[in-house]
Amino acid sequence: MKLELRGITKRFGALAANDNVSLVAEAGQIHCLLGENGAGKSTLMNVLYGLYQADSGQILLDDKPVKFSGPGDAMAAGIGMVHQHFMLIPVFTVAENVVLGHEPVKFGGVLDIAAARKKVREISDRFGFDVDPDAIVGELPVGVQQRVEIIKALITDAKVLVFDEPTAVLTPQETDELMAIMRQLRDSGRAIVFITHKLREVKEVADKITVMRLGKVVGEAKPSDTAEAMASMMVGRAVDLEVRKTPAKPGAAGLEVSGLNVWNHEGQQVLNDVSFQIHAGEILVIAGVQGNGQTELTEAILGTQTKHHGSIKLSGHELLGKTVKQVLDAGVGFVPEDRTEDGLVADFTIAENLMLDRSDRAPFAKRGVLQLDFLAKFAAEKVAQYDVRAQGIQAKASQLSGGNQQKVVLARELSRELKLLVASQPTRGLDVGSIEFVHEQIVAARDSGIPVLIVATELDEATQLGDRIAVMYQGKIMGIVPPDTDRTVLGKMMAGLSA
Amino acid sequence: MKLSNKTPIILAVVAFLAVLIAAFAPSGTTEIKFQAEGDLLPLPNIDVSVMAVTWFAAILMLLLAAYSWFRRLVQKRSSIAWLSPVFGVLFVLSVLTTLYAGKTMTLTALLQGSLSLAVPLIFGSLAGVLSERVGVVNIAIEGQLLAGAFCSALVASLTHSIWLGLITAGIAGALVALVLAVFAIRYVVDQIIVGVVLNVLVMGITNFLFSTLMGGNLALFNSPPRFDTMPVPLLSQIPVLGPVLFVQTPIVYLMYLAVGVVWFVLFKTRWGLRVRAVGEYPKAADTVGIKVYRTRYMSLMIGGSLAGIGGAFFTLGQVGAFGKEMTNGAGYIALAALIFGRWNPLYAALAALLFGFSENLQFGLAIIGSHVPSEFLLMLPYALTVIAVAGLVGKVTGPAASGKAYIKS
Repeated sequence: MKLELRGITKRFGALAANDNVSLVAEAGQIHCLLGENGAGKSTLMNVLYGLYQADSGQILLDDKPVKFSGPGDAMAAGIGMVHQHFMLIPVFTVAENVVLGHEPVKFGGVLDIAAARKKVREISDRFGFDVDPDAIVGELPVGVQQRVEIIKALITDAKVLVFDEPTAVLTPQETDELMAIMRQLRDSGRAIVFITHKLREVKEVADKITVMRLGKVVGEAKPSDTAEAMASMMVGRAVDLEVRKTPAKPGAAGLEVSGLNVWNHEGQQVLNDVSFQIHAGEILVIAGVQGNGQTELTEAILGTQTKHHGSIKLSGHELLGKTVKQVLDAGVGFVPEDRTEDGLVADFTIAENLMLDRSDRAPFAKRGVLQLDFLAKFAAEKVAQYDVRAQGIQAKASQLSGGNQQKVVLARELSRELKLLVASQPTRGLDVGSIEFVHEQIVAARDSGIPVLIVATELDEATQLGDRIAVMYQGKIMGIVPPDTDRTVLGKMMAGLSA
Repeated sequence: MKLSNKTPIILAVVAFLAVLIAAFAPSGTTEIKFQAEGDLLPLPNIDVSVMAVTWFAAILMLLLAAYSWFRRLVQKRSSIAWLSPVFGVLFVLSVLTTLYAGKTMTLTALLQGSLSLAVPLIFGSLAGVLSERVGVVNIAIEGQLLAGAFCSALVASLTHSIWLGLITAGIAGALVALVLAVFAIRYVVDQIIVGVVLNVLVMGITNFLFSTLMGGNLALFNSPPRFDTMPVPLLSQIPVLGPVLFVQTPIVYLMYLAVGVVWFVLFKTRWGLRVRAVGEYPKAADTVGIKVYRTRYMSLMIGGSLAGIGGAFFTLGQVGAFGKEMTNGAGYIALAALIFGRWNPLYAALAALLFGFSENLQFGLAIIGSHVPSEFLLMLPYALTVIAVAGLVGKVTGPAASGKAYIKS
């Protein structure tokens, strides 16, 4: 089945998330929709799936115009979607999840779960998925959950399959398997739309590439084009995909973590005997699939994890068991992974956010009274230095783009006298320009001679930024390796196999 | 997974209490009477020694507690599900024989009273199951019960039709649920706050109408007919349980049916699967074409109508008239039963029976003139509720999206 989107426009208030977007996806092709975060790819697909109504434009299937008032219509017309955040119910079985919405029933609406099981098995066998229909979805590995999402799309016999950023949560091996599945589905005559911002994957699997920027289609690319060419199309200017840095000059051991165990509030052990050292002037990247204890590790350093055992020493001084304030005062800079939730107060101004950590002391406060003149001067200086694009220092943090929010967080954390920088997924969701900037700042912090700990979930970022890479899996460090280690080796470690 | 010490500790403490009871139990015997009127097989009354029963229970409980520690410390496994309920039964047995020492315990009457008190709780907890499973917290069960009680009394009095009264009760409960649904779903107001406000509102309206409207002409407005008991042939002849379960009013038979039907619908039908999907992850349900809002409205209103019928039990099944605030917190206990019953209609019904039993105990003991202070007995059902919900349930997770409004993007 051929899918055509013709002149789709979708506005949210004044913002045109999609501005006259057109694309054609042919049967038997993998059509990549390439663009940065916020380029309007997901909006477009939500329009296609009936979750949003377009303000203007047409959807055509095999040249016949169709109209979807909800996902049910889109599914009935043969469109299937594999969502970025899986649309699966964790407490249901695979079979229940797969048939939800179009359940086989016996008389009187009684669920025919045997028929559901059979359908799952059929599809699972046909594509070699190896999924147990009776497994509880929440207990399955992420990669298998994704296959359940795919089965869910296939069970309605979808002829057009949309994959929305499907590799964000996968290990490299799982990504390879997914690529194979996508090819297999293409070869079975389906049209595949693959939404992504990862150039490596596009080059590997795409038959046709449409590039989007700021809600518009900016052109088509060929899989044979260089990554740089695609990136500059995506961003709108020439970009440098390499992180520029000189070889590290590691000094004395700065941060020493030994035998660290942490339990979460449910009593589950989330860090298991974690030990590593970071030297002054060195970047250690913690790589691994999200949710394997990286967050808890950074929080243990900051002091927001309460059930712990072991030791975290910074220049010989114990940090574990100290309050957050004591840790910050010891010279720890902390960039949290969720900047809107943990990094900033959304309703505060840029200026207020810049002094959150030191509003209790001179020169920001004297005898408990805030020194607003000093703050204004300080904020103006930082906004200029970090190139925060905003309508002045009184703009609220919530009004800033992701990149500018991250710049505010960095400006605050790096304007203290640091002995350690901890940054958790510092470039998540940022545009390419902001990513370059953040990387520069991190490398500059390293070159100032402090140890730097970065949590990265994207392998490319890990290998480019890190001087050494520690891979975490289920709360354990699987090994610490140099950044030029082979991707498949890193992938195996991310899947829990020792190096 | 870290093992919890909670259950073994609680069991040990309760077992220790049982030993204390046994040690200080009065000597003498308790007479247990099994017989009720019209039994086919008359059972003899049994005299049991208080000492024997309490020590038997205490020693068994100690052994079970030891076993639970053995599992925890040596086998490193979590506690088994049947241990806590068995413990509860043994403890109650021990307490009962002690309290009834030297007196006669009429088992049938004790159980009959428990069931009567549990009927509105069970209907209420079913309403809770249906709304929480679909993702809306229903604090307004109390209001639904009360509305059902009032409207059934009024309509049955005016029309002299008990069945019309019952149907009106269902409609009244559904309407209270509809108000909750509109505010919670359409206007995204905090569900707990709406629920509490609704309870106060229904209380205020029924109080007002009770004193103005009903007070003016009791014969016309507040003298509904009452359901007669309808013994089920054969089944009612089963010793002990027969008279308890099968010599009842039609509302109670309706309740048995409702528990089974709600369970079957929730877990075995297409509609039930969708209800649970909406309560767990509404967005996932939405993306497969399930109408989230409609499902929530429907499930909530069906639940509300069940609670309304439960309210009618107060007026048409028991008292034969409406009384001010006559539900007396049953809606909140039903909520506790629902949590204790882990959002499952069958378990919730069992939990409601347990609460009914503990509530009934105070009446039973007051009648025989027990030496236990009445304040303690009044406290019993609520204390039991707190202990049951906080201590024995352990870690339970309800529907993931319960209490969260779903806003379509």
